[in-house]
Amino acid sequence: MQKEFRQIFRNKSIVVMIAFMPIVQLIILPLAADYEVKNINIATVDHDHSTYSQKLISKISGSKYFNLAGYNQRYSDAMELIELDKADLILEIPAGFEKNLVRENQQKLFIAVNAINGVKANLGAAYLSNIIRNFNDDIRLQWMQPSKSNDISTIDIVSSNWYNPLLNYKVFMVPGILGILVTMVGGFLSALNIVKEKEVGTIEQINVTPVKKHHFILGKLIPFWILGNVVFSIGLVVSWLVYGIVVSGSLLVLYSFVSLYMFAVLGLGLLVSTFCETQQQAMFIMFFLMTIFILMGGLFTSIESMPQWAQVVTWFNPLGYLIKVMRMVILKGSGFADIKIQLLIIAAFAIVLNTLAVLNYKKTN
Amino acid sequence: MQDPVIKAHNLTKRFGDFVAADSLSFEVGKGEIFGFLGANGAGKTTAMRMLCGLSRPSSGSATVAGFDVYNQTESIKKNIGYMSQKFSLYEDLTVLENIRFFGGIYGLTNKKIKTKSEELIEQLDLQNGVKKLVSDLPLGWKQKLAFSVAVIHEPEIVFLDEPTGGVDPLTRRQFWNLIYEAAHKEMTVFVTTHYMDEAEYCNRVSIMVDGKIEALGSPGYLKKKYGVESMDEVFYDLARGATRAND
Amino acid sequence: MATSTGLHGKIIKSQFFAFVRKEFAHVLRDRKTLLILFGLPIVQILIFGFALTNEVKNAKIIVIDYAKDVASRKIINKIRASKYFEIEGQAIRYEEIESAFKKGTIKIAVVFPANFSEDLSHPGSAQVQLIADASDPNTANALINYATAIIRDYEVEQNKILNVPLRIIPESRMLYNPQLKGAPNFVPGVMALVLMLVCVMMTAVSIVKEKESGTMEVLLVSPFKPILVILSKAIPYLLLSLINVTIIILLSVFVLDLPVNGSLFLLFAESTLFIITCLALGILISVKTASQQVAMLISLMGMLLPTLLFSGFMFPIENMPWPLQAFSNIIPSKWYYIIVKSIMIKGLGFSAIWKETLILFGITIFFLVVSLKSFKTRLE
Repeated sequence: MQKEFRQIFRNKSIVVMIAFMPIVQLIILPLAADYEVKNINIATVDHDHSTYSQKLISKISGSKYFNLAGYNQRYSDAMELIELDKADLILEIPAGFEKNLVRENQQKLFIAVNAINGVKANLGAAYLSNIIRNFNDDIRLQWMQPSKSNDISTIDIVSSNWYNPLLNYKVFMVPGILGILVTMVGGFLSALNIVKEKEVGTIEQINVTPVKKHHFILGKLIPFWILGNVVFSIGLVVSWLVYGIVVSGSLLVLYSFVSLYMFAVLGLGLLVSTFCETQQQAMFIMFFLMTIFILMGGLFTSIESMPQWAQVVTWFNPLGYLIKVMRMVILKGSGFADIKIQLLIIAAFAIVLNTLAVLNYKKTN
Repeated sequence: MQDPVIKAHNLTKRFGDFVAADSLSFEVGKGEIFGFLGANGAGKTTAMRMLCGLSRPSSGSATVAGFDVYNQTESIKKNIGYMSQKFSLYEDLTVLENIRFFGGIYGLTNKKIKTKSEELIEQLDLQNGVKKLVSDLPLGWKQKLAFSVAVIHEPEIVFLDEPTGGVDPLTRRQFWNLIYEAAHKEMTVFVTTHYMDEAEYCNRVSIMVDGKIEALGSPGYLKKKYGVESMDEVFYDLARGATRAND
Repeated sequence: MATSTGLHGKIIKSQFFAFVRKEFAHVLRDRKTLLILFGLPIVQILIFGFALTNEVKNAKIIVIDYAKDVASRKIINKIRASKYFEIEGQAIRYEEIESAFKKGTIKIAVVFPANFSEDLSHPGSAQVQLIADASDPNTANALINYATAIIRDYEVEQNKILNVPLRIIPESRMLYNPQLKGAPNFVPGVMALVLMLVCVMMTAVSIVKEKESGTMEVLLVSPFKPILVILSKAIPYLLLSLINVTIIILLSVFVLDLPVNGSLFLLFAESTLFIITCLALGILISVKTASQQVAMLISLMGMLLPTLLFSGFMFPIENMPWPLQAFSNIIPSKWYYIIVKSIMIKGLGFSAIWKETLILFGITIFFLVVSLKSFKTRLE
């Protein structure tokens, strides 16, 4: 086991990876992964040139969500801005908007949204509709006697955002990224390490020594298990120092889950390594699996929105459980009772993966 | 010497302050088996790389097959074969694919490659192994195959860089038979080694110590000169004075 | 003279073919890698196309209804009917919300106070409380928006009888992607990602492998020109990449119903340009590194990660701090992503993307020159 540690620390690329990964992932990724929809660029096409249209446009450009990208005369000009990605939205105000609104009591506005990015489009349109509604209320108030407005019943909606009142996206991303980090250290590095021994031929050397197979496997796994926990701890400290994220649940709960999870991914790494002959293959397979794990793990998009078959796939994704539990414990302070199902599932993963790996390892040697 | 195919005069290679090869001067004749001996790090490989056109000399002059090592490297490359210490075959290709490939990059015609590969396979007794991956061949076969591939285009000179490392004595013997055969066909063989028994097989040897050629001549001549029984002893006498650490 | 150059050319050609054939043999022999090479884009396209929607739907909601009257029940029915929500159950006490949040079983809660209907008709205003689990801020935001819209809807229906004056009706049109699917955003991104993976990583690794095994030296001693070594290394990967592009396009057209709106020829031409960029990068990495492991790490860390981060398909560039935004400009995949999006989704012609093409071209030339130069000097 001492040998393992020495090798790990002698291999510069692994040390670099261990030092580099948490920093890059925890500092750059959350900075980059800001999905908050803001800075929406809007192009307006005003055929009306009235007081109302001017007022509406200035109200929009005054909101914190929108930047005015262009004040166009023709729709085709605004469309060009969309094509060049300079604008995300077009608001078209028809000619005679003010006059007709007063005369016919009703008037349409046209919104065109670049919907390639669905979320942004949806939210952008919603924000814009909100501003238009407010504008509508404003002019209505100007026009009507106060007494008359009493006839309208309004529902006052009070919304509150728990656990993350400022809707800070980083708070959401960081625990998930921590989860990926732990998985990379556990799965990637252990698989690469074992395959490397295979490639170099030292594994045969060890096979002829009286070291028992399970001792060998344990000797391989435990250093990475410790390493994973260390990286995880570093990650927690970084996220506290940089983002001020404090674990609101108990550390005991968190570490128990992560430790158990590490066994599951180490088993996965071991299993992969028994299938591969070269480091290149191991790298590709792990990369392939990681891509699927991350995409299907609910890091960026929620699992509930997936179609049924995809949700079934996510049941077999250990990373998905980790990300969920991380967020629950770190952000919401969930306890053992809240995560017991996930705990059981991960335990099952650990047992199944390790058993498969050991069986396969015996067969191949 | 009659029409020497390799001529080196004060050939030197420096890496910064370090002089890897120091004023090497020697000639190698046509059809000669020329041994290039020295401890690890003595500068054998550097010298060989300069002659092959892989590395530009710092000073001095040399011609290989009549071409200058400074500005005619392309012509040199057409006229030499090369086999490195690692046997440099593609492990994930079959025997036949390797032969075809090397024949191809030396510009042999398809017809030529075909007759050549049949010839080679028969010569090496590899009839059952043509479809095998090179990685599945025993070391000795790989080595012989690597040699045959290095001379597939019948070059004037073949450079062998420690070709017999890690191979059993019997296979080494067979390998030297291949070398003799090549030399018999007037091919010049330039071989580095640190097996002193192999030095005895050469027509002439040079012994490098600390980047310099300390001795040059036929094995018989050298033994007589140093008054010893074997090349081993010649080598020990010379190498004792070495200051460079063995790596 | 003419015949000698002709002969010379012929020899070069046959050398070249021998080399290319050998490269193909390498690639085809490693079945596992090959499988992943083609499996990865297929799986990614399927995941991105079907499994990942940024749209939030079927979010579990819990209701606390202290009112239990006409209005509250009507709103609850509206929520139930919406595709965005799935009612997880009714709660009685406020604390149940918190424990449900902690278990992660619900995303949002709605609370109706007692006398909801009465308040609504009598003083003319009543209160509804929406509580979202904002540990996932985007979902929380979207859900609050959806729930608000449903309640406002009810409000409008109630008030219709009163005929509100001066109504402005916004009419929205979703361009390019009316169903708000995730695919139009992701497919160009997957293309950039896969090409990066195949070209940069595979090229770098395959050249470094020759260095490691010593075969590179043998090649350099042969009359085979070094530039041809590079070229013939590049060709199989260029072909593989084009096959991958074809697979991705076929999948997106026939499986994802995402047609290529612009010129297919232009798309392939631009892809070829990007592939050459990637190949140049791969060669550069291979020149600078000595072991496969390092080459792989650099490709992963230095190429794939930036592609994921800065091409704009997963993370919105406009929200990044300015140093990162500035950095994103030197990432070739960013420009390729914009180009593919313009051609495939928006159906634009060359006139709309000549600027991006020019930038990509510049980057390509730069890397090509640098990598060829360092490859030559390395021979010393």
